[in-house]
Amino acid sequence: MREVAVIGFTQSPSVRREPDRNEIEILIPVIQALREQTGLSSKDFDFICSGSSDYLAGQSFAFVSGLDAVGAWPPVCESHVEMDGAWALYEAWVKIQMGYADTALVYGFGKPSMGDLPLTMALQLDPYMVMPLWPDAISIAGLQARHCIDSGVLRPEDMAAAAVRDRGNAKSNPNAQVKGDFSVKQLLAEPFLANPLRKSDCAPISDGASAIVLAAGDRARKLRDRPAWIRGLEHICEPMDFGVRDLGRSRSTEIAARKAGVSNDKIDVAELSAPFTHQEILVERALGLTQKTKVNPSGGALAGNPLMAVGLSRIGECAARIWSGEADRGVAHATSGPCLQQNLVCVLEGN
Amino acid sequence: MAVLTAVVGIGQTKYEAKRLDVSMPGLVREAAERALADAGCSWRDIDAVIIGKAPDLFEGVMMPELFLNDALGGAYKPMLRVHTAGSVGGSTGIVAASMVQSGIHDRVLCVAYEKQSESNATWALSISLPFSLAAVAGAGGYFAPLVRGYIRRSGAPEDTGIRVAVKDRQNALRNPLAHLQLKDISFEMVANSPMLWDPIRYLETCPSSDGACAMVMEKESLASRRSGKVAWIHATEMRSEPTMFSGRDQVMPQATLDNAKNLYKKAGITKPREELDCAEIYVPFSWFEPMWMEGMLITEPNQGWKMTYEGATAFDGDFPVNMSGGVLSSNPIGASGLIRFAEAARQVRGMADQHQVDGAKKALGHAYGGGSQYFSTWIVGSQKP
Amino acid sequence: MSPSEEKTNQPVTVLACPISLDYAYSAGQSASRFLRAIAEGKLLGQRCPVDGRVYFPSRGACPMHGVTFGDDAVELSDKGTIVTFSIVRVPSQNITLPLPYITVNVVLDGADTILMHVLDAKLEDVHMGMRVQAVWKPREEWTTSTTNILYFRAINEPDAKYESYKEHI
Repeated sequence: MREVAVIGFTQSPSVRREPDRNEIEILIPVIQALREQTGLSSKDFDFICSGSSDYLAGQSFAFVSGLDAVGAWPPVCESHVEMDGAWALYEAWVKIQMGYADTALVYGFGKPSMGDLPLTMALQLDPYMVMPLWPDAISIAGLQARHCIDSGVLRPEDMAAAAVRDRGNAKSNPNAQVKGDFSVKQLLAEPFLANPLRKSDCAPISDGASAIVLAAGDRARKLRDRPAWIRGLEHICEPMDFGVRDLGRSRSTEIAARKAGVSNDKIDVAELSAPFTHQEILVERALGLTQKTKVNPSGGALAGNPLMAVGLSRIGECAARIWSGEADRGVAHATSGPCLQQNLVCVLEGN
Repeated sequence: MAVLTAVVGIGQTKYEAKRLDVSMPGLVREAAERALADAGCSWRDIDAVIIGKAPDLFEGVMMPELFLNDALGGAYKPMLRVHTAGSVGGSTGIVAASMVQSGIHDRVLCVAYEKQSESNATWALSISLPFSLAAVAGAGGYFAPLVRGYIRRSGAPEDTGIRVAVKDRQNALRNPLAHLQLKDISFEMVANSPMLWDPIRYLETCPSSDGACAMVMEKESLASRRSGKVAWIHATEMRSEPTMFSGRDQVMPQATLDNAKNLYKKAGITKPREELDCAEIYVPFSWFEPMWMEGMLITEPNQGWKMTYEGATAFDGDFPVNMSGGVLSSNPIGASGLIRFAEAARQVRGMADQHQVDGAKKALGHAYGGGSQYFSTWIVGSQKP
Repeated sequence: MSPSEEKTNQPVTVLACPISLDYAYSAGQSASRFLRAIAEGKLLGQRCPVDGRVYFPSRGACPMHGVTFGDDAVELSDKGTIVTFSIVRVPSQNITLPLPYITVNVVLDGADTILMHVLDAKLEDVHMGMRVQAVWKPREEWTTSTTNILYFRAINEPDAKYESYKEHI
């Protein structure tokens, strides 16, 4: 395998609603900042890959205008996944592995504030049997949380504690949307949104974009003093049908974590993209994290959730802590689909 | 550095206006099962599943790969969903190939599909955003002015498009999977069909189809051991450019020229017209055959129409194009690019039945999309490169 | 077989599930400037800070250079040249114009990119290089929309030379 590292990362602040800027206007400064951070221009990227969703944008081919932000001239080698940018990063990493590219630009963007997100997400479900019932995304997650609580997998207190931790960590993150000092007791006193989920159990709705530059071997060393090397990158998808999988654990995360070698050494830092507190706990367990790991120093997805960019941002947040020397080894996680259906695990190391 | 990779199994559904007998999972599974059977593999032999389709709004399912993955044996495997506009079928093939070429997987399944009967593609492509005048009527409305630009520039005779349409529709009669089977097709029939988006006539356009196409790809060490014929992937290439910028040549975009140049370079081809035995090109409106003959550097600028006129691109010509009947005969949009790639592979495997070009050893598969701005292509061969 | 049994044995082939989602679009900062101007009857293009080319309509950034346009707006004439066109004879759900109608790619005088719009003319008269001008709605109906221009119409000027507009096709 070729050595590949994350050497650049920029993001827009997560906000509940970008009232003025359209998606491309959110994305352009992110990519401009990335060019400045890395000293690279569009011509330096051998491959470009992006992640976005037409249904979030409410129009077909929404990703096409993303090319405007890149400055795709002369024509670029480019691809797009209808997935979180973390999977775009996977595709770019594959292209570098096969020797097609040495340097790649990856970005993800979404502006879910334009529509009714929980309702839009219902369109992910089986269109024949489930979707006609229009179960919104929070209710679906609520069913899973109820299963977890009633089968003793976790307690409401654990869920609230996850929110307290993430919101507290997010205080030091200027890009976070939900932050501050809270107590478990305080959060448990909140009314239910979709029993057993409270608002504090749910990731916010966020508009935003993020971008990453990957580079191979010596190119990475030249571009950054302490590159964040990708030592494991795996993703696994489960069946969608809720009746055929164990909703009290994240098996796909477990498999991806094993294949990515998460447990081969200590993990200093973990950045998780789970959009609900109970899911964050399931992911933490699936990754086998212990007390020694600092979880979600940025606040994670619960503090800022720009769909289609949020998973990619976790990789960036993790990499940034390796660049700074704050961590030697970290793991980043991205998810897609209802009830943690599909998960990606990325292990990053400073050495 | 890349691992040599081969197509070892191909499966397609019958292409039809409405496949009411199958659901979306049924449709993709039909193609995938045929590809597995062709490859002599079972679901368990597949390391990863790569799914491609055009915009989600076509079928009204957001990220439909999530609910389709199970029907494709993708449970607890890596799964990736590609979407690069009309070129997506081709890009899906390229992304799937790269999963093996990178050494990450040994054998992958790629599937691309569209079930247009479950939605309304023209609607999905023409949603009017506020503040702006809706002046473009679907894909035909977008491409017709470009076709006119090509005619003006090249001086091509006005009936070039008709000739392409007749030829592709005749080829479709050789392909039982093709959607449109017009047994009495003739020049007059196309010429007399209604003008839809002047200069594009009804029979010069593609149909709206349901269908899926699947391929199994494998690394060299496995594929070499096979007794059956495989298609070796000699080169793949992708290029994109923005939709609108000052001075953009929309008729002959720089992206297609750059794509072609780099593809041939990788495949070690210097004279594509002589070294390739046939090509399956993405031609949703008949005029795009001569345009992409130029865009793929198979002939000189403004000379593409002569290949059509002289019969070079006919089934028995010196450079057969769209032996399967092409997009003009079957168009499950998201799959259309992969079908082109699959036809190229069928040709070099010598498994194209009635539309087999005798002795085809190297073939080009091609797809494009967006406003003529996304290009994905590959060259496959019967021999290792 | 009774009628009800017969029905039970029929496969379900079509399941109608109407989907309706509401979106609140933002035109974006750049398009907002353009739309505010068009509400005043002005056509504002934007100049690329790198190569000086004038974009109309502008999407806020130069797609070639990936840079945001600054405040360098250029007011354009509502006259222009047809670089290419199509006559549409097929209905489309998003368009309410009566068939047939003419769609045109117009490059406005002073602009370096094309605008897609419609032309009011006899079908046999439309041609490449034709000089045209915008026909506006009555002033009191102007709003922040490109529909303030009803359509383009031919003007009595000699055709533009092919060389002058061919790069816009």
